[in-house]
Amino acid sequence: MEGDVSALHLMLTADPVLLAIVRLSLEVTLSAVLLSALIGVPVGAFIALNRFAGREAIIVILNALMGLPPVVVGLAIYLLLSRSGPLGAWGLLFTPQAMVVAQTVLVTPIIAALSRQTIEDLWVEYHDELAAMNVGPLRRIATLIWDARFSLVTALLAGFGRAAAEVGAILIVGGNIDGFTRTMTTAIALETSKGELPLAIGLGMVLISIVILINALAWGARRAGERYAG
Amino acid sequence: MRTPALDLPLMFVDVRIVAREVTILDQISLKLEAGPPTVLIGPNGAGKTTLLRAAMGLIPASSGQITWGGREFSAPTRRAIMFQRPAMLRRSTAGNIRYALAAAKVPRAQREARMRELMAEVGLVGLEHRPARRLSGGEQQRLALARAFARDPAVLFLDEPTVSLDPAATKAIEDIVRTITARGVKVVMSTHDLGQAKRIAGDVVLLHRGRLIENSPAAEFFAAPRTHEARKFIAGELLM
Repeated sequence: MEGDVSALHLMLTADPVLLAIVRLSLEVTLSAVLLSALIGVPVGAFIALNRFAGREAIIVILNALMGLPPVVVGLAIYLLLSRSGPLGAWGLLFTPQAMVVAQTVLVTPIIAALSRQTIEDLWVEYHDELAAMNVGPLRRIATLIWDARFSLVTALLAGFGRAAAEVGAILIVGGNIDGFTRTMTTAIALETSKGELPLAIGLGMVLISIVILINALAWGARRAGERYAG
Repeated sequence: MRTPALDLPLMFVDVRIVAREVTILDQISLKLEAGPPTVLIGPNGAGKTTLLRAAMGLIPASSGQITWGGREFSAPTRRAIMFQRPAMLRRSTAGNIRYALAAAKVPRAQREARMRELMAEVGLVGLEHRPARRLSGGEQQRLALARAFARDPAVLFLDEPTVSLDPAATKAIEDIVRTITARGVKVVMSTHDLGQAKRIAGDVVLLHRGRLIENSPAAEFFAAPRTHEARKFIAGELLM
């Protein structure tokens, strides 16, 4: 109870530590979702529209990658970015950029797999019309992505949910450095382990509120768009 | 009258189309020339839709030859097709037409005016902003026609354009077919409706089990059918 009141106090007084953690978390998560969308949606569209050897295997692997264990991804990125790793010279380990990379690796398969399914369903519907209009391959992909945009929001939300809730990978590659790479989830884990519940509870409430708010905004945008475009 | 279509005559020479080891069209030889509408009739599974798709260039012949204006490979720039169940793009009614105009490479500066012309031509004025998927069945068919007209076709293929439409919506489509035919567009359409074939056809092609049974001027076909199958079909008997 005492923890709840203290958490509320932190939020109402816009505690700077809490705000900094929230800001970093949003920056990392939204950057990762944006990057994942830029990679995952075209990849999903390409797989949806093309038939090639190994396609089925790629779909199975992509679906399987949706369940990538975050700590394993964190470990792999850690090994890549550590001083002795192949990308160690970039000096990214224990930076927010490394956290973005880790989350992008986790979220991209989710967005790609869900986009592939969404776009393939629409492709079945559109195939004959676009062929009859003599629409070329690139324009087909652009058309399908645009016309499926409201359904693709669901894929982005799934990716956002995964990134926002993730702790294992960013803990490993970010290091949970106070004021630099500490995010809501890593801070919650740390504060809870220290018995400092007010900040942990406050961050938990903020995290849940943000997830609900972003889902509500996306849902509203989707409904408004569907009313206009059908 | 428009200039003679480069895609005509459209020739099928001993065309056979096989899909998954099933012969859908067999030994079809047919010449489609400029003039009044050609109407394809025949029972379900006769091959009408496949013939239209092949004529549009969407399905290759397994054997035989299809030529457009004497050419075997011809980009479908001046031909268009309306499918039996046209897919509505998830855009507004006007957005669907704008898309078709862009796909037909109509210059951007002309698209808005052309879109309004097409909306008027198919009787959809006032529905520009309505999502295409929320139009009625008849309105969707007319929108699909407008999209086809966006290509300024010289040959237009219509696959059962009035199936499941009420009489008023059917009449609207038939009126449009007459208008574009008068303008010089060659219409090739399939129908189950013998009455519609009588109202519209200049000549009739009867298909049955993938084979061309009879091809003759409409008046002759209905007054004095040459084949047993045609007589049975006209009499409303089942072709087995």
